[in-house]
Amino acid sequence: MNPFSYVRAVDSADALRQRAGHAAAYLGGGTNLVDLMRETVARPEKLVDVTGLSSAITQSDDGGLLIGAAARNTALAEHRVVRTRYPMLARAILAGASGQIRNMATVGGNLLQRTRCAYFYDTDGSHCNKRRPASGCDALEGFNRNHAILGASPACVATHPSDMCVALAALDATVHVEGKGGARTLPFIDLHRLPGDHPDIDTTLEQGELITAIALPPLTFASRSNYRKVRDRSSYAFALISVAAALKIEGGHISDARIALGGVAHKPWRAFKAEAALQGHEATEPVFRAAAMAELADAQSLSRNGFKIELATRTLIATLADLAGGAS
Amino acid sequence: MSIIDSAKSAAQTLVQGAMSKLVPLAPDSWIPGGVPDPLIARKHGLIGTPVSRLDGPLKVQGRARFSAEVDAADIAYAALVHAAVPRGRIATLDTAAARAAPGVILVMTHENAPRMNAPALFGSSPTAVGPADLPVMQDDRIHWNGQPIAIVLAETQEQADHARSLVVATYSIEPSITSLKAAKDAGPKPGLFMGEPLLTQIGDAEAFLSAAPYKIDHLYRTPRHNHNPIELHGATIWWDGDTLVIHDATQMVTAQGLTIAGVFDLKPEQVHILSPYVGGGFGSKGLWVHQIIGAAAAKLAGRPVRIALSREGVYRIVGGRTLTEQRVAIGAQADGCFTSIIHSGIAAMTPHNNMPEPFILGTKVGYGADSFKLSVETVEMDMVANTFMRAPGEAVGTFALECAIDELAAEIGMDPVDLRILNEPVKDPISGLPFSSRHIVEAWRRGAERFGWSERITTPGTRREGEWLIGMGCATGTYPYYRMPGAAARITLTRNGTATVEIAAHEMGMGTSTTTAIVAAERLGLPMDKIDVRYGDSTIPGAIMAGGSQQTAAIGGAVIAAHNALVAQLLKMAGNDSPLAGLTSAEVGSEDGALVKLDDPTRRESYASILNRAQMDSIVASEEASQPLEMMHWSMHSHSAIFCEIAVNSITAETRVRRILGSFDCGRILNPKTARSQFRGGMIMGLGMALMEETQFDERNGRIMNPSLSEYHIPVHLDVPDIDVIWTDIADPHTPMGAHGIGEIGITGTAAAVANAVYNATGKRVRDLPITLDKLL
Ligand SMILES: Cc1cc2nc3c(=O)[nH]c(=O)nc-3n(C[C@H](O)[C@H](O)[C@H](O)COP(=O)(O)OP(=O)(O)OC[C@H]3O[C@@H](n4cnc5c(N)ncnc54)[C@H](O)[C@@H]3O)c2cc1C
Ligand code: SF4
Repeated sequence: MNPFSYVRAVDSADALRQRAGHAAAYLGGGTNLVDLMRETVARPEKLVDVTGLSSAITQSDDGGLLIGAAARNTALAEHRVVRTRYPMLARAILAGASGQIRNMATVGGNLLQRTRCAYFYDTDGSHCNKRRPASGCDALEGFNRNHAILGASPACVATHPSDMCVALAALDATVHVEGKGGARTLPFIDLHRLPGDHPDIDTTLEQGELITAIALPPLTFASRSNYRKVRDRSSYAFALISVAAALKIEGGHISDARIALGGVAHKPWRAFKAEAALQGHEATEPVFRAAAMAELADAQSLSRNGFKIELATRTLIATLADLAGGAS
Repeated sequence: MSIIDSAKSAAQTLVQGAMSKLVPLAPDSWIPGGVPDPLIARKHGLIGTPVSRLDGPLKVQGRARFSAEVDAADIAYAALVHAAVPRGRIATLDTAAARAAPGVILVMTHENAPRMNAPALFGSSPTAVGPADLPVMQDDRIHWNGQPIAIVLAETQEQADHARSLVVATYSIEPSITSLKAAKDAGPKPGLFMGEPLLTQIGDAEAFLSAAPYKIDHLYRTPRHNHNPIELHGATIWWDGDTLVIHDATQMVTAQGLTIAGVFDLKPEQVHILSPYVGGGFGSKGLWVHQIIGAAAAKLAGRPVRIALSREGVYRIVGGRTLTEQRVAIGAQADGCFTSIIHSGIAAMTPHNNMPEPFILGTKVGYGADSFKLSVETVEMDMVANTFMRAPGEAVGTFALECAIDELAAEIGMDPVDLRILNEPVKDPISGLPFSSRHIVEAWRRGAERFGWSERITTPGTRREGEWLIGMGCATGTYPYYRMPGAAARITLTRNGTATVEIAAHEMGMGTSTTTAIVAAERLGLPMDKIDVRYGDSTIPGAIMAGGSQQTAAIGGAVIAAHNALVAQLLKMAGNDSPLAGLTSAEVGSEDGALVKLDDPTRRESYASILNRAQMDSIVASEEASQPLEMMHWSMHSHSAIFCEIAVNSITAETRVRRILGSFDCGRILNPKTARSQFRGGMIMGLGMALMEETQFDERNGRIMNPSLSEYHIPVHLDVPDIDVIWTDIADPHTPMGAHGIGEIGITGTAAAVANAVYNATGKRVRDLPITLDKLL
C-alpha cells in the first residue's frame, strides 16, 4: 500500500473540491478499494471519504425510489419498499459477499467495484491490459473459467462482479452524478462500458465525477421478480452466472419483461434480445428457451468457460419459468 | 515420503538388520504394548469423559500470545519480495527506492545476506526438517515462482509493505517445467523414500485383472491444495548474543531448532524455539524459508524481527498438497472377491525436495486380494516444494481407491458396503502381520444402520425432490497408528501434590494439552487441576512431531516411561520404612496421590509422605519413550466408514451436501469433546476437497493465481451440513491408553463418499477433483 492522505467530505460540493487536481479516489466502505490499494493495483495519494453524503432511501414523486449513494448495501436490501416492490434487488444484494462486507459496502462503491480477474490483481507477476494498458491479457489463455461470454474484446475478457448491479440493470435504474460540469443523470445501463480497446476504463464517468444517487422507476410489475445466482459454493462466492428477471403476464401472455444477466460480460448485461423474444408471447417453456437462445446466440467461450453458455441458458429459462409459475 | 514413512524407517534403522526381522516374530510381551497399558482397564477415570480445552478461555479472551504477537523491544517489521518467474537468475535487483522509503531499516537480498548453510532436507536425518535442500537467499538463482528474493525491515508493518512494493527486479529467465505434460514428457521416476522405491507387488496383478470376470480400470486426478490455517505463518525472532530465539508457529520445535542450528553453524542449545500456541497446522507449520530469512535479517539489523506472512505470502512460500494422477484397477471374481488391486500413478514434486505424495498407503491395508501392484512415481516441476497436508497420501489415495470400489460394486450389481465387508482381510494383506485392532466391519454396520443406508436407491439418477437430484454415497477412510521414536517426558512431582509434565509437543488447537493433562492425571493418580502441562519449547528434552497423527501416542509412550522412572525413584526413596518396602516398580501403580501395590491396594504410601520422609520438596523423573517396535510387530491402523447424502441441482448442477456421518474405529477415544471436533474438522476439509478446493497453478509460468481466501474456495458455513460422528471406542490393546491418533483420519474417505453420492444422484462419475458444477452440466 502506498502512503495516502485522508479527508472526509461533508457534502458533494466538498467532495468534488477535495478530489479536484489530485491523484485521489472517493472512498465508500473501502471493501474493494482498500484491497486494491493493498495489492498496489490502485495507488491513490488521497482518499476522499464520501460515506457522509446522502444515504437516504426515499420514495420519489413518481412512485419510484431514490437511493443515496452512501446507503449501505445491507440497508438497501432490508428496506421495506425494496423487499416488496423490487424483490430482485433485495435478493441480488443478499446473494453477494458476506454480511460484514454488505454492512460496510455502499451503493456507490458497489457500482464501481472492479473485476475479480486474478491477473488484474497480480501486480507482481501478470500482464493485464486493464491494470496497465497495452501490457497484454494473461486471462485469454489462462484462468478464464469465470470470464466473459458476451461483449468481450481481445484486449479484455473480464466480467463485472456485482450482483446488485445486475438487478439495477434490469430495473431501468438511473444514475445521478455530479462533476466539474455540474449534475447530470444517465441510464444505469450506460454507466458501465464494454472493454473494446480500452479495458482500463470501466465506466462512462468523467474523471472525478461523483455518484450521488440511484433512482428506480416505479415499474410496478417488478414486485414479481427474482434474482438467481449460480456459484461454486453456497455463499461468499462471485456469480458464475446470475439472472435478474421480472415478468408481466396478462392472460397467459407476456406483456412486459425486464431481464439482466450477471457473470457474462464486462458490464451487467441487459438482455434486450431475450426481452424482445418474450414480448407478446405465451409464458411457456419453449418461449423462454427461444428467448434464452436469442440472448446467447452471440455468446463466445474461452478455453475454460464454455459451460457458462449452457449454464446461462438453463438458469435463464428456469428463472423465467419460476416467475411464470408464480403467475398462473 | 510421509511423516509416517519417515517414522517407520527411523524405527527400522534403530533395529538394524537381523533384529528387524525378529521383531515381527518376537513374543508379544517383548514388544511395547505387548502387555496392555493398565490405563486401558481403568473405566471410571477422566479418560473418555468430555473435557473442555484448558486453553479455550485464554484463546477466546485473546490472552494467548501467538508467535507473531510476542512483544519485543525495538522490533522491526518484515515484508518479503517474491520472484515472479519460475526459474532463472536475478538480472538486476534495484532496492534503492525501497531503502530510501520512510521507516526502512534495511533491505536484505542475496547480495548482503549473511552466509548460511542450506537447511538439511526433511528426511535426510531423523531431525532434519528443511523444506528443500536449496540455499536460502545466498545466490541469484530462482527456483520457483514466488521464491523470496528480498526482505525489507521497517519500523512499522505498513512501511515495510510499502517499501517492498518499490523493489524492482528483472530476471534472465531459464527454461522451466511448469506444466504436468512437460513434467511427464521429461519422464517419471520411481518414487523413492530413503532409497527404497514406493512399489509393492504381490503376484501378477495385471494377469489377474485381465482374467477377472468383473473389473474396473480408471484414472483419477486430484489437484494441488494450499494450506490455509487461520493463523498465518509468522515468527518473532531475536539474537540474544550468540543464541537465536524464535517464537514460532511450528509443529516440530525440536527438529526445527536442530535444523536451524545447522543453517547458522550453531550448537543445538544455541537455538531456542518456543511455540506454545499454533493456530492450525495441518502439516504446514514447519520450517520454511521465512524463519531463516527473518533470523538472518535480525542478525544483520541487530534488532528483533517480526515476520508475519500475508495470506499471499503463505501461498508463495509454504508448499501444499501436490497434484496426483492415479490409476486404480480392481478385478473381482463372480462372487465379488477381489483377485487384483492395482493402484499406481504419479505425483508431482520438485527437484529439491523429497515428498512423493504416497497415495498407495491406504490401499496397502484396505482389502484382501490375490495380487497387488502398488506404485508411486514422481515427476518434477519447478514450483514451491510440496509438503504434508492432513493425511498426506491417504486423503487423495482413498479418493481414487474408494471411488473405484464404488464403480466395481455398480459393475457387479452389489451393495458397496457389502462388497467392502466381503473383502475385509484377516491379516495385513501386504505384510502378513496380525492387526492390532481392526473393527471396521462393526463401524460399517453401525454407521449404515444409523445413517439409514438401506434407503439408498441403487439406480442412479432416480431420486428427485423438486429441482434436486438426491444421492447417497459411502467410502472407507483409513490412517495408520503411529508412534515416532525420540519422544521423552519430564515429570516434576512436588510434596504438595502437584505435578508438572514437560513434553516437547505442540498444541495446534486440537486439544493436545488438555488430553495430555487428562492422561497424566490418570497415570499419576492426581486430579487434573494439579497437573501443569508444559510443551512447545525446544529446551524440553525429547523430540515430538505433531504430525502423522502420532503425537498422542508419542506423548503417551513418553509419559509411561517417565512415570515408570518416577515410580522407581519413589520406591527407592521410600526405602524399608514404607508399606511398599520390597516391591518392584512393576508391582506398583499410582492412585489417589499415592503409590499402590497393583494387586493389594492396602499396601500404599502417598507421594507426600514419601517426599516428606526423604525431606524433599520435589522429585524429577525424565525418560525417553520405549522404541516403537509395536509398529513392526502388528499392523496398526485406524478406520472409518463415511456416509453422505447430497443433492445436485438438475438445472445448475450445483452440489449441496445434505448430511454426512462418520463412523470411526480409532481405538479408545480419550476426550470425546475434542475428538468430535477433530473428526468433524477433517470431514469438513474432505467436503472442501470433494467440491471446491483447488490451487490455480498457471502452467505457463508456475504462478499460483488464487492466493487468497476469497478466490481459493473452502467450505463456508452454509456448505457444511449436519455432521454425525460415532465411534466404536474399542481400545487397541497394544497402544498407550488403547488410543490411536485421530487428527487426520476424518478427511480420508470423505471426498470419495461425496463423489459416490454424486454418482448415485446423477449417474455421472467425476474422477477429477474438485467436483465443480461444470463437470456435471
Ligand atoms: C471477499 C469479497 C467477496 C465479495 N463477494 C461479492 C459478491 O458475491 N457479489 C458482489 O456483488 N460483490 C461482492 N463483493 C464486492 C462488494 O460488493 C464490493 O466490495 C462493495 O460493494 C464495494 O463497496 P464499497 O462501498 O466498499 O466500495 P469502495 O471499496 O469504497 O469503493 C469502490 C470503488 O468505488 C468508488 N466510489 C465509491 N463511492 C463512490 C461514489 N459515491 N462516487 C464515485 N465513486 C465512488 C471508489 O473510488 C472505488 O473505486 C465482495 C467483496 C469481497 C471483499
Ligand atoms: S481479462 Fe481483463 S482484467 Fe483480466 S487480465 Fe485480461 S485485461 Fe486484465
